Amino acid sequence: MNFNATIIGQSIAFLVFVWFTMKFVWPPIMNALTERREKIAEGLAAADRGKHEQALGQKKATETIQEAKQQAAEIISRAEKRAVEIVEESKHTAREEGERLIVAAQAQIEQEVNRAREDLRGRVVEIATAGAGRILKRELDATANDDLIQDLVARI
Amino acid sequence: MANAPETSAGYIKHHLTNLTYGQTDRGWGFAENADEAAQMGFWAINVDSMLFSVGLGVLFLWAFRMAAKTATSDSPGGWQNFVEWIVEFIDTSVRGSFSGKNAMIGPLALTIFVWVFLMNFMDLLAVDHVPYLASLLGVEYLKIVPTTDPNITFGLSLSVFVLVLYYSVKFKGVGGFFGELAFQPFPKFMAPINLILEGVTLIAKPVSLALRLFGNMYAGEMIFILIALMYSGGIAMGLFGGVLQLGWAIFHILIITLQAFIFMTLTVVYLDMACQEHH
Repeated sequence: MNFNATIIGQSIAFLVFVWFTMKFVWPPIMNALTERREKIAEGLAAADRGKHEQALGQKKATETIQEAKQQAAEIISRAEKRAVEIVEESKHTAREEGERLIVAAQAQIEQEVNRAREDLRGRVVEIATAGAGRILKRELDATANDDLIQDLVARI
Repeated sequence: MANAPETSAGYIKHHLTNLTYGQTDRGWGFAENADEAAQMGFWAINVDSMLFSVGLGVLFLWAFRMAAKTATSDSPGGWQNFVEWIVEFIDTSVRGSFSGKNAMIGPLALTIFVWVFLMNFMDLLAVDHVPYLASLLGVEYLKIVPTTDPNITFGLSLSVFVLVLYYSVKFKGVGGFFGELAFQPFPKFMAPINLILEGVTLIAKPVSLALRLFGNMYAGEMIFILIALMYSGGIAMGLFGGVLQLGWAIFHILIITLQAFIFMTLTVVYLDMACQEHH
């Protein structure tokens, strides 16, 4: 155990090592640590922001759904009202149409009746004429029954 | 062992002798025994201490540089994680005891802590193995724990002391530093007494710093050597020694870490005191 120049050698080695650590070891590692700390802080802040935004989105979504529901209800009620209206309207038009058809049918019937009557009248004249002809043939005296035939024709 | 003396005293003395290179009676060369090493005077060098301390220091720098080179702020790999853990630990304790801002304190503390820890760690290797291997290679003496060599611990603490003096003068000026030594704790007219008191306090810092580490490691090494002596005392003694060695080694893990930490913390505290204006 003697003191000798080892002290000097050790001191030099020590100072060189400290210099090396200070230059090449400490700064990169501390930089990495600081950077990671910042990254983590940023990440946490981003997570917070995300959470906040999510809450906002949730609220907005709820509001939108509420609104949509309300609108849907409104539309349905309007549609129901409209349906009732349409039904009423169609009932009304149907009734009108029916009446119109009835009127037209009646008119047609009347026309038919009139035509049949005319027809019948013509036929009756023919028949009466034929009948009168036969009677005249038998009686020969056509003029004697002329008044009678005239009267018959007028009566039809 | 090849050339080891057979007596217990010789064994212990052999284990406590450094491999010293210096001027012998035969010219420059390695000392052949402890007395010759002592006679070499100041201009000799403990080759084993230097070799192991510088080797461990280079190992530390290489390993940490590996992590620093690839350091990323994304998720770190295993080694980077470990290095970051140590660096953060050092940084936290430096912030705790050093009030100023100085780019050198952190790296200084890191170097001291890891380097001293590694040098202390050599104590946990079995006391005989490496010296035995060395003796096979023809190296007579080899102490593998650099911190059991006071030259090493004083080399560290005196470097720290120089830094303390430098920062004291830098922050307080020569006058301020002198004033701190001469004008307290007693009034100015008792300056000589103050100087003696404060001078002792000042000198005690590096001396206690070095001797604390040296003493602890030297005592621990000595106990390992004494336990190793039991192996030559028969099977029963050998087994008992084995148990003791295991227990002491486990306890020693605590000591080597603690001593490294104390050395680092006191260095930071001394430098803090040097950088602070005195109130």
